[in-house]
Order: sequence, then structure tokens, then C-alpha cells
Amino acid sequence: MQNRDPAEVPGGYDVAVIGAGVVGCALARAFTLAGAKVVVLEKAVDVLDGASKANSAILHTGFDAPEGSLELACIREGYALYHEVRDRLGLPLVRAGAMVLAWTEEEVAGLPALMEQAMANGVTDIHPVSGAEARALEPELSARVLAGFRVPGEHLVDPWSAAHGYLLQALANGAVLLRQAEVLGGRRSGGEWQLATTAGTVTAGLVINAAGLWGDEVDRRVTGESWFTIKPRKGQFVVYDKTAAALAGHILLPVPTKITKGIVVCRTAFGNLLVGPTAEEQEDREHAAVDRDTLQALMRRGTEILPALAGHEVTAVYAGLRPGTEEKHYRIRADLAPGYICVGGIRSTGLSAALGIAAHVLRLAGRGERPLSDPVWPRMPNISVDGTRDWQCPGHGGILCHCELVTRREVEAALSGPMPAGSLAGLKRRTRVTMGRCQGFYCSAELARLTEGRLTQPMLEPRHD
Amino acid sequence: MTDAEVIVIGSGPAGLGAATELARHGQRVTVLEREAEAGGIPRHCGHYPFGMREFRRLLRGPDYAARLRDAAVAAGVTIRTRTSVTALLPGGQIEVTDDTGPATLSARAVLLATGVRETSRAARLIGGEKPGGVMSTGALQGLVYLNGQRPFRRPVILGSELVAFSALLTCRHAGIRPLAMIEPAARITARSPAAWLARLMGVPVRLETDIAAIHGRTRVEGVTLVTGGRRVEMPTDGVIVSGGFRPDAALLRGSHLEVDPASGGPVIDRWGRLSDPAYFAAGNLLRGVETAGWCWSEGRRTARAILAALAGELPATGGGRLVLSHPALRLAVPQILGPAGGACPHDRLQVRLDVPAKGRLCLVRDGRTIAAARLDGLPERRLSLPLPADPGAGALSLTIEERA
Ligand SMILES: Cc1cc2nc3c(=O)[nH]c(=O)nc-3n(C[C@H](O)[C@H](O)[C@H](O)COP(=O)(O)OP(=O)(O)OC[C@H]3O[C@@H](n4cnc5c(N)ncnc54)[C@H](O)[C@@H]3O)c2cc1C
Ligand SMILES: Cc1cc2nc3c(=O)[nH]c(=O)nc-3n(C[C@H](O)[C@H](O)[C@H](O)COP(=O)(O)OP(=O)(O)OC[C@H]3O[C@@H](n4cnc5c(N)ncnc54)[C@H](O)[C@@H]3O)c2cc1C
Repeated sequence: MQNRDPAEVPGGYDVAVIGAGVVGCALARAFTLAGAKVVVLEKAVDVLDGASKANSAILHTGFDAPEGSLELACIREGYALYHEVRDRLGLPLVRAGAMVLAWTEEEVAGLPALMEQAMANGVTDIHPVSGAEARALEPELSARVLAGFRVPGEHLVDPWSAAHGYLLQALANGAVLLRQAEVLGGRRSGGEWQLATTAGTVTAGLVINAAGLWGDEVDRRVTGESWFTIKPRKGQFVVYDKTAAALAGHILLPVPTKITKGIVVCRTAFGNLLVGPTAEEQEDREHAAVDRDTLQALMRRGTEILPALAGHEVTAVYAGLRPGTEEKHYRIRADLAPGYICVGGIRSTGLSAALGIAAHVLRLAGRGERPLSDPVWPRMPNISVDGTRDWQCPGHGGILCHCELVTRREVEAALSGPMPAGSLAGLKRRTRVTMGRCQGFYCSAELARLTEGRLTQPMLEPRHD
Repeated sequence: MTDAEVIVIGSGPAGLGAATELARHGQRVTVLEREAEAGGIPRHCGHYPFGMREFRRLLRGPDYAARLRDAAVAAGVTIRTRTSVTALLPGGQIEVTDDTGPATLSARAVLLATGVRETSRAARLIGGEKPGGVMSTGALQGLVYLNGQRPFRRPVILGSELVAFSALLTCRHAGIRPLAMIEPAARITARSPAAWLARLMGVPVRLETDIAAIHGRTRVEGVTLVTGGRRVEMPTDGVIVSGGFRPDAALLRGSHLEVDPASGGPVIDRWGRLSDPAYFAAGNLLRGVETAGWCWSEGRRTARAILAALAGELPATGGGRLVLSHPALRLAVPQILGPAGGACPHDRLQVRLDVPAKGRLCLVRDGRTIAAARLDGLPERRLSLPLPADPGAGALSLTIEERA
């Protein structure tokens, strides 16, 4: 499936998608299934290396999205499509349900408006709860919660397998992925784009900018100017040990403000407990650093919500960058240049909305006239708590990562196939290897042996002696 | 029918020491080990000293591990490697998985000897990014001794427990020259001779200093050090996050067995028995890191308690639950203190501190001190208190009478 020399493709591609974040992966899938010949251009050594590498992994219903917005429409459609495709692609869904919790009288007063907004947004499965009812549902919840409402439709997903699945399906049906292919510039002539990339020149009729944190820059490189500016917004998280997952069934949300959805406490699809994210503006688009003071503040907040969290260990900490812009909404436009669509500013709901965004862009492009009649549906290996894990099946070769119960067969599979891992980070996203309690105390040595010579970006510098 | 008389989980010095002793007394013993080879941590400690207590010889870790394995096999122990235990069920049933898939095994007694791991960078809330080249001593030893790899050239070492000096030895072996050893406390944690090694290798020790952040997107490029309020940037290509040992108690936490929040390991009585008497525990799992020899001997003594249990000679479980009543105390094992008997493996209370303390360590029952020992201790140092044969019924507490 991989085509290392894009110049060899006669006649070029119908569509070039710039960026293999969750949005680019969903776009590649939608256009491929619609019958287009698609190339995905990704500058990093592996996919999901930008905004999509770190998120809360909540599949949002859109109950709190701005009324009448494109974002809301994409979340609603994306949510429905995820349910539609997930069985066939083998994507997990942990039906947690959410509770929006009010901690002050002022927040209590704001609840009815939020519930009305949810109804207006088409999320009608909404149930008000008193503080006592909330605690009956969540026994570990703080006594300070005054009231709230339930949104049973909010669910948990795996932060990466959906995007991997979308792209794998595109590849299985003829799309091409080029990694280490940074788009440097573009020129349109004779109804076609010539894209200059670090992997050679790529020709395509339609170019879609899904460059996430670099959306404005790619606009400039291809069309000469940009109509928006990326304002990265960092979110830090604390992940607690699996022992803490039993403390909360629901996704526990605060009453949202204009700026942020606020600090969430929820399980993860891998059976841990997550507290985060923060919302911090920064200039830098590459570096997402965590800092101890903020992490400690998150832990304090987590313990206010679930007092019993105090006794549990921290397994991981991480940070992600949202590709925000100077405006609050999605920045999708098809009229900037002929044969060019910008899909920018997918800030904080891209995981939920990706399939909806892709369907919307497909309509914008006027495609979909010759869909594949019998597309291939590859199945993603399950690495979440929703379903059977590989270690539960014979022939797995033994467990390599003991904390996350990752088998040798799983690691082997992630290092081969149509989209082999390009870095340790990519291998982690595919398998969760080293992401558990011991963070590599036991498995690093064997992992270094297994991956030697097989990752574009090696785990260790090559041996010098 | 049971799959073995006794199942031992973990093949480190404690597990193999116990299994050998049990097999020599005619028991059918199976050791389950998740790694490809038995031997536990010493397998990748390519340095001295190991083996004085067990074999009366100075050995390197891998040779020592090989001797433990040979002794076990010679005694008739069955060792199953690449077999991970995934759950502990009541009454000595356990769930395992290996290449053939999951299975349930049962035994009359199960010994847990799953050892420890170091506290990760994440759990220490070190800031910054997540480049490659940040690892525990255990991971470093695996890369250096098992693989012959050199993950970095000029790293910094965080921590000054004894294991940090293993990190130094490992670095020396691989031709890695650490830039500095960083210790948040005001003094080196390990016994003083260990500090000589740092000096010998020309590695400066920076006390009262912490790593605030690690920089670099794919590889470590530097660290931010903080001393008091002062921040200093130090370019470096790796970080060894050493020590802060935690019992590897993942299995316990998901089970019906009682865990001691103070030690992070199981609650045991003086026979090394857990809250379900089909289960026993020994080795580092009990309290964090000790020497291999200590763990081996603890394993052997616990084996004798298991033999007594199989012969129906152990008293029923019960006894006072020890309460720690001084803020300097981190943990004390065993936690349940009933009367002692012939084959009792724990005739002393093993104690660790969180902060340095001086004075008298006192075991108190109903306001009366029933055992005491002089105390002049530091965190991570081995401390103990001889236990009375029968501490008697009633609430027991451990405290420190501080010296004015
Ligand atoms: C803290 C946090 C929490 C979140 N929680 C949730 C949640 O719970 N639910 C939810 O639905 N969403 C959530 N999100 C939002 C979601 O993660 C984002 O909306 C989504 O990842 C955006 O994806 P993208 O594909 O637009 O961008 P990206 O993932 O940034 O993808 C862009 C890609 O383009 C590549 N690229 C850039 N420039 C070039 C170039 N010149 N040439 C080639 N390739 C290039 C980049 O390397 C990158 O891989 C969260 C986000 C954050 C940060
Ligand atoms: C870096 C380092 C250097 C050291 N240097 C020295 C030294 O120089 N001299 C010295 O005397 N001591 C040294 N020690 C201490 C010594 O290695 C340990 O005290 C000793 O190995 C502990 O023995 P143990 O049997 O309790 O556990 P371990 O040796 O840790 O063995 C536990 C075993 O249990 C297995 N296990 C865990 N969970 C499962 C499961 N679910 N299923 C199956 N198997 C499982 C593990 O894979 C492991 O093999 C060092 C320790 C470290 C970490």
C-alpha cells in the first residue's frame, strides 16, 4: 500500500490531505470511500503526532456546543457516524455517561439554561439530579456537590485507535500515506496542484489542509496567505493508577465557562482515571510541557471532586495542544483558492467530530458521486477495556509490557502491516507498551531489542561501537 | 486436584530461595515467572556484590541468578517462564496467561514474591516534555547488561539511594559519564561508602536540588535544576530516575487480599501470611528494597512457615493490627502481630522512616512499652525492632520517643 515515490503515480492524485491528525485520517477515509484516489501527507515520522496525540478521549454528544454552529453539526454527525462504523472497524466505546456538576449556588442557577441548550442542540436524553442523587450514582463523589444533570450519551473512546482505524481503512482501499512528507509550498496550474514536499513533488486536483496546529502556516505555504492565526491552547493531565478507575463511573464534568469545558474527572478506555485538562494559552506549537505546580493543582482538584483519590498513585502525566484560533469556531472554508479546502481550528472536539467534519467537507467538495461499492473494512486490534485483549487469546507469544498486559504478538503487529509504527511514541499509541505503572522498568530492554532497526526514529541512538 | 502443592509467583531471590527450600522438603513446587528467564532483578545487575549470604562467594548479579536457578532446578522445582499471573482468587486459585492463552491454576499455598519497581518520572511529577532517554535504573541495567546498548553518554542521575550507585556502576561499565547526581534531600540517602564511588568517578553530587523539568522533543536535550528558589539549566542527553522503590503489588490491588497503604505491599502476619491464609509473601514486595541476600533468606524462612501451614501446624490467623503513630514512620512489617511459634519467619519488626529521626523506637500496647530499641535512622536505611514472643491481645502501636 505504501508508495515511497509519489512522483511515480501517473496522473497524480484526486485529493491530497495535508496532515494525519484525527481530522486528516477521517478525511482520507471519507474521500477514499467516495471513490477518490487519496494521498495523505504527514510531516512527522508517524501519524497523530500533533494535536491528536493527547486528548481526554471523550466522545461528545454536543450538548454544550454553541447552538446552530458548524461545530455542533459536525459533532452530532460525527457522533452518529462513530456509532455506525465502530463495530466494523473494531473501535471501542465505554458507555460511561456524563454528569455535569454544580458546586456553588451560582452554578446551580445556571443549570436550567445548560439543559435547555442541550435540548436545543438535539441532545434530549438529559436528566436533572440533586446532590444526593448524584452521590447515590457516584458514591465517592464529594459531599459538596449541590446538584447537576446527567447526559447518558457522553461516552469514552480510545484516543488513538479511531484515527488509526480511519486511516487504515483508507489505505486498505487504495489511499497512500507518505510520512516525513512536509508540505513546503504549492502551485496550481492546469487545474492541478503541484505540492512541494520533503518527500518530492505531489500532484493532486484537490488539496485539503488538515494541518492542525500548523493550519495557518500551511494556508500560507500553499495559497500565499492565511485567513486565521493558530493560538495553541495547552491542556495538562494527570493519569491515576488503574486502582482508581473504580472511583468514578460517570464522566464528571464541571459547569462549563465561556472559555473552557473545565477540569474533568473520568475513567479512560484503558482502565485508568484521568484528571484534566487545563487551558493555557501559549505561543509554541511543538512543545507541550507539563509543570509540577499545575499537576499538583490538578491532583488537588481531582481530590476535591473524589476525596478517595488521595490514596492513589499517579501513573502518567501528559499535555496536549489544542489548535485554537483567534475565534471560537471551526475554520472550514472552500473558497480561498480553487481546488483548496482549509479545515482549520478544530480545537477541542475534533476526536468526536472527525467523521462529521469529513462528511461535511466531502459535501463541500461536491464529491461522493462514485462511492466504492464494496470497501474493505479492516478491524483494529482492541487495546481498551471494552472487549477481549490479545493476552486473553492463545498464541500471543507471552506478555512483554506487564503493566498494560501488552503481548509480543501485539508489538510485532504494530511494527509491521500497512502502517507500521515510526517511533516509540507511535508504538505506544498503537499498543500502550510502557504506558503503565512502571513506565518501562521491566520492558525497556526487550522493547529496544524488538524495535532495533525497525523504527524510523529509533528508541536509542544507533550503536556507535 | 491442585496443579502444585505450592505455587511461587516471581523468581527473584525470595521466590527461588523459598521454592528450593520447599522442594528440598518434598513439596511439589511450581515457580511462575513472567520474564523470559528466571532470576529476578539480579539477572540484569551485571555488578557485584551478590551471593555472600547464600553461596559464601562474591558474585555478579547474573552469575548469582544462575546459581539460584540451578539450585532450584536441582531440588526439583518446576520453573515456568514467560508466564504472567493476572489475578489472585480466594483460596489459592490464580489466573495466568502464557503463549497458550489464559488458564486457572490452584495450589494449597501460594507465595507472592513479585519484588519492587522504581517510582517513575511521572509519579514524581517531574515537569517538561517526554523525550526518549529518561529511564529508571532497572531499565538502564536492562539496556546495558542484557542488550549491550548505551542509551546516552552524559546523563544526570536523580536520587542517591543505594540503587543510584548501581546506576553509577552500570554507567561505568557502559562507558557512560554521568554529569551529576541530583538529590532533593540535604544528604546522600545511601550509606556513606557509596558516596566515594561518585567521587571516584568524578561525578559531582548536588544536594537539596531537584529536577524541575526535562527538555527535548525526541531526545533529552537538557534539564532545569532547582536549588532553593534558584533555577539552573543543564544540557544533558539523559536522565536516570533512580530509587523510590514501590512494592510491585499490582496483583494484590486488584484482588481480595488486604494491602497496607503505608508499605504499598500486603498486610502479613508473623508467618508471612496474608489476609487469605492460602497466600504468603516474602522479599521486596513486603517493604521496598532490601539486598538480594536478605530477600533470599526471608524467602527461605517463609518457606518453612508454608511447610508448617501445609502440615496443619500454624495457629489460626489473628493478632493485633499494628498502628503507626509517629509522623516519621513510613512503614512497619509485619502488620499483624500475634504470638510467635517455632517456624516464625518474622521475629523482628522491619521499619522504615520518611524523615531522619533519633530517639527510641517503641512498640506500645495499652499505653505500655513492650519492646524498644535505640533509633538513629535515616530514610531508606534498614531498621528493626526485636518482637516479643507474645505481644498479647489489644491495640498495638509503634512510635518514636524523640530525644530532646
Ligand atoms: C487537551 C485536549 C483535550 C481534548 N479532548 C478532546 C475530547 O475529549 N474529545 C474530542 O472530541 N476532542 C478532544 N480534543 C480535541 C482534539 O484532540 C483535536 O480537535 C484534534 O486532535 C485536532 O486534530 P487535527 O487533525 O485537526 O490536528 P492535528 O492532530 O494537529 O493534525 C495535524 C497534522 O498535520 C501535520 N502537519 C502540520 N504541518 C504539516 C505540513 N506542512 N506538511 C505535512 N503535515 C503537516 C502535523 O504533523 C499533524 O500530524 C482535545 C484536545 C486537547 C489538546
Ligand atoms: C538496579 C538494582 C540494583 C541492585 N543491586 C544489588 C546489589 O548489588 N546487591 C544486592 O544484594 N542487591 C541488589 N539489589 C536488590 C536486589 O536485586 C533485590 O533485593 C532482589 O532481587 C529482590 O528479590 P525479590 O525476590 O524480592 O524480587 P525480584 O528480584 O524483584 O523478583 C521478582 C520477580 O517477580 C516477577 N513477577 C512480578 N510480577 C509477576 C507476575 N504477575 N507474574 C509472574 N512473575 C511476576 C518479576 O518478573 C521478577 O522476576 C538491586 C536492585 C536493583 C533494582
